[in-house]
Amino acid sequence: MNGTAVAVEGLTKRYGEVVALDGVSFSVPAGTILGLLGPNGAGKTTAVRVLTTIIRPDAGHASVLGYDVVRDAASVRYRIGLAGQYAAVDGNLTGRENLRLIGRLTQIPRGRIAARADELLERFELADAADRVVRTYSGGMRRRLDLAAALVHQPPVLFLDEPTTGLDPHGRLELWDILRELVADGTTVLLTTQYLDEADRLAHSIVVVDRGRIIAEGTPSELKARVGSTVIEIELIDEADALRAEPLLAAFGAGCGRDGRTICVKLQDGTHALIDVLRTLDAAQLIPVTLAVREPSLDDAFLTLTGRHAEPVDVPDRETVGTRGGA
Amino acid sequence: MTLNAIAAATPIEHRGLGRLASAASDILALTGRNLLGYRRVPQLLVFSTIQPVIFVLLFRYVFGGAIRVTGVSYVDFLMPGIFTQTVLFGAMTTAVGLATDLNTGLLERFRSLPMARSAVLAGRTAADLARNVFVVALMAAVGFAVGFRVHTGVPQFAAGLALVLLFGYVFSWVFATVGLWVRDPEAAQAAAFPVIAPLVFASSAFVPVSTMPGWLQVFAEHQPVSVTASAVRALVLGGSATSDVVQALAWSAGILLVFVPLAVWRYQRTA
Repeated sequence: MNGTAVAVEGLTKRYGEVVALDGVSFSVPAGTILGLLGPNGAGKTTAVRVLTTIIRPDAGHASVLGYDVVRDAASVRYRIGLAGQYAAVDGNLTGRENLRLIGRLTQIPRGRIAARADELLERFELADAADRVVRTYSGGMRRRLDLAAALVHQPPVLFLDEPTTGLDPHGRLELWDILRELVADGTTVLLTTQYLDEADRLAHSIVVVDRGRIIAEGTPSELKARVGSTVIEIELIDEADALRAEPLLAAFGAGCGRDGRTICVKLQDGTHALIDVLRTLDAAQLIPVTLAVREPSLDDAFLTLTGRHAEPVDVPDRETVGTRGGA
Repeated sequence: MTLNAIAAATPIEHRGLGRLASAASDILALTGRNLLGYRRVPQLLVFSTIQPVIFVLLFRYVFGGAIRVTGVSYVDFLMPGIFTQTVLFGAMTTAVGLATDLNTGLLERFRSLPMARSAVLAGRTAADLARNVFVVALMAAVGFAVGFRVHTGVPQFAAGLALVLLFGYVFSWVFATVGLWVRDPEAAQAAAFPVIAPLVFASSAFVPVSTMPGWLQVFAEHQPVSVTASAVRALVLGGSATSDVVQALAWSAGILLVFVPLAVWRYQRTA
């Protein structure tokens, strides 16, 4: 795969006083996953809504597969799939009816609609529930159906707005597998997420946004090199031991503080260094009481990049759409 | 099996219908979807039909005895009013339906699809028109059961019902605007009632306006519910209907002219 599937340049969108997007530029190479990472209200959803032709930007340009999202919106719509933060499916229709409706609205050939719906129901393990009304579905089933609905017309570019929010760990892993499969087939994916580990595991490149601006971008490993990787916290028997261990551990990465008999270290080589850490401690006859390994969170990344915590910004009403519960 | 066998940048196969044909196909698809929804939530339909049935029984047997109308029996006076009132109340479901779609994110999804922009509103109002056909037929049956009789003929009766259905369709657009504005199903219902109540009760739907105080008569005589009810009355009870029918059509046309653009404008801005 080569070429650019999604190109964004100087994108700006205001809602009254609030600047949701403030001159954002990035691009997504075809056949890759880009993770748009940021806290609530960072502008992720606004970017997705501009790219999916739902809203128009105030300034800047965006194109999907070469089609401008404002001027050639109709051409863009044939080529994109969208799964939003909320499972946007009709609760009064069955799973099958939902997919067939989307099939009709995306104008795939009449004869293909039924087969395509069945195919997707099968793949998303909804075949048994296909003829049940969707309001009887569990949250996870609704999300799967929502994603299936985004794929009905086989869009080469897929936009997913926080696709794993509200999913259990199993559901998350399942969705990750599906996304990898889609990308293996040549689909380009732009997904937004609040989870650094999700972006890390899925995305080929990550764009970190905060208050409508890009504050960092790069491959997951580039980004992790900047924000610090795995953090270990070792608790020793007493403070004297901890004081003795501290200089020994400095060889493995920058310290992130000692709290009594607990030492925190940011490992440079990730978990690979863990065994060496333990060997070093053992050689010095220092015995860890507890050992915690922690992957950096979005919050850690934010702290490093911006010097402040990843706090949600007040979101304008338009951003969240209506009065949906649990937003 | 591959999920998405089409590689990036490959043109998508679609039916390549003309603009009009594809808009018609989208409207049809969404009308069907909305009607299916009504079938799946029968409570909605039951609720919107039980209330007018209660009104019929209440006015026919409880209040009717105390209401004097000259020239015709009260039940014959009442039923044209009931038809008009029924479709007006029914139009609220347009607001509720649209606000619900807005809330579940469905409208958002529709906006990202290569479908006609007009289809969401056209499909919703068309479904509500179809629903009204059913409800009005049911009310006619109830009317006949309690003694309502058409004094003219089948064509006039059909014309009267058509006028009522048009009136309901027109108000679907009014409430489509309301639903898109308030964005919440319950709020839509709450917002609709203050519009509906004066139109229904300060009208000639249930009582002759001649018993009302003078200042109210002016409103009650000329507002769209009264005008439509009077036109239907003239059609089914006999007498000169032309002036009433023309006035009713003028109201419907006027409201459509204002609210179709308003609803469309609101829909375009609602994202």
